[in-house]
Amino acid sequence: MTSGDVQKSSRFVYLQVAPLALVLFFFFAIPVALVILVSFFRYQMLVGMVPQLTSKNYVDLLSSPTTLALYLSTVKFTVIVLIITFVLGFWIAYFLVFHVRNLLTAIGLFLVCTVPFWTSNIIRMISWRPVLGKEGLINSGLIKAGIVSHPLDWLLFSDFSVVVAYVHLFTLFMIVPIFNSMARIDKSLLEAATDAGATRWGVVWNVVLPLSKTGIALGALFVVTLTMGDFFVVTVISGGLSGSATSGIFNDLQFLNYPRAAANAVILLVVVLLVAAAIFRLVDVRKELVR
Amino acid sequence: MAASPSSYGPRPWTFYALATLFALFVIFLYGPMIAVLILSFQGPSAALVFPLRDPSLMWFDELFNPRRVGDVIGAFERSFPLALIVAALTVVISVSAGFAFRRRFIGDTVIFYTAIASLIVPGLVLSIGVLVTFRYLGMPAAWYSSALGAHLSWTLPFGLLIMFAVLGRLDPSYEEAAYDLGASRWQAVWSVVIPIVLPGMIAVALFGFTLSYDEFPRSWLTVGSKNTLPLEIWTMTTNVTSPALYALGAMTTFVSFAAIAIALTSIVAIQRRRSGLK
Repeated sequence: MTSGDVQKSSRFVYLQVAPLALVLFFFFAIPVALVILVSFFRYQMLVGMVPQLTSKNYVDLLSSPTTLALYLSTVKFTVIVLIITFVLGFWIAYFLVFHVRNLLTAIGLFLVCTVPFWTSNIIRMISWRPVLGKEGLINSGLIKAGIVSHPLDWLLFSDFSVVVAYVHLFTLFMIVPIFNSMARIDKSLLEAATDAGATRWGVVWNVVLPLSKTGIALGALFVVTLTMGDFFVVTVISGGLSGSATSGIFNDLQFLNYPRAAANAVILLVVVLLVAAAIFRLVDVRKELVR
Repeated sequence: MAASPSSYGPRPWTFYALATLFALFVIFLYGPMIAVLILSFQGPSAALVFPLRDPSLMWFDELFNPRRVGDVIGAFERSFPLALIVAALTVVISVSAGFAFRRRFIGDTVIFYTAIASLIVPGLVLSIGVLVTFRYLGMPAAWYSSALGAHLSWTLPFGLLIMFAVLGRLDPSYEEAAYDLGASRWQAVWSVVIPIVLPGMIAVALFGFTLSYDEFPRSWLTVGSKNTLPLEIWTMTTNVTSPALYALGAMTTFVSFAAIAIALTSIVAIQRRRSGLK
């Protein structure tokens, strides 16, 4: 190419990326900036937001024991869900990549795992009701089998059902990136490790696990942000008994207290971004993605 | 495929252990959905749980009767076109951006990390932000404006990541060959590159359609006064206590499955035609 072509093509690049940049600017950067601005506004009953800068919303929220309790509850759910989805996601991906011998079968089974991702989350949440409810499948099964005499009431509308629903919704966010990382591992490495005397477990621990870390990091990023940002699962499935960081936002919005909802949202955003930054420090996600 | 330690000889015990885990996971994944599908055929005795009594289609009928369960048809008539528009825009915008990212340019890192941030920002936070933005601009929130933008801010990063994966595997020598044979830029893109990345574009369209069609948090404050389908279902979970809810679940899952089936069959058809040509 001549130098004229190079210049023309470098301008062309900006044209290609402009639509993406514009959407992100108007529907991500500006809205988030406005949320931060509004979080410093004053709230007045019946009037709503008053554009006078104050830090009262943050002082109120950060000094309130309710906020702390809600965040602790969210962190508890996030840690439990992260551990379960990681264990499930890692072994399922491992099974598909290293144990299924036929490539087409592996792709087929992988699709079986991913299809629910493309269906409605709300319907998938609701579908636990006839299974976990007092007269649901599990309880009636347990009673018929004579294991319990009364239906277990902690199956639905409890912390247990919230964890079940999160694991149900989010495990595929672990499976897909870990599967991608594992599929790129050169299988002769495993053979070499075995030949060098590694046990089956040693191969997993010393070869497969380190080489899947990008996938694990991406999966963890998805699971953590989805769980921390969730409001809807925790409301539908816990029957209002469990709180989450977003419940506070929801309550403020009901009273049209936008400044406090915004301050709450900013705190959540900061926590989520800190977790994301920690994950990005561990692996260079972009380098791995573009590779 | 290269030989792996487990490729030959009898299968190790771990195969059976992990196969069992996998089977249990699939039951866990699909069991509840199948339960809802079966219960949507519940008879007039209207229990929300098993057993299924006098199977009938009455709850599907109920859905199309707007007096009884809210505006399901109206909600669908907003959700469906919205999902189609989001899918089309997601394909065009993320394919174009995906090509730009094959080279380094000033601002590429900023745009990339903004896209990732847009992917991980909690939907509820974005919903508040878009609502406040539209208020400041003095524009009413509606599904075709504020909700469309809110959905794109979530589907575009997905589309971009898929395009990275697709274009990362695209061998630049195909384009070079086209240029060497005298093709213009557009000819090279249109006749060489697009056919190669077409399956990836269909995958992007599938993500755009289904993510938008099922999106709740980003729609919540941004659709204005008229609900999209997931919001309508959400309202129904609190005040409808009949199997009509399950019937609606069965119907909307059917729409999602139709989208998945169309996408997958076209990808398979393209691959098959391609291998036939070789």
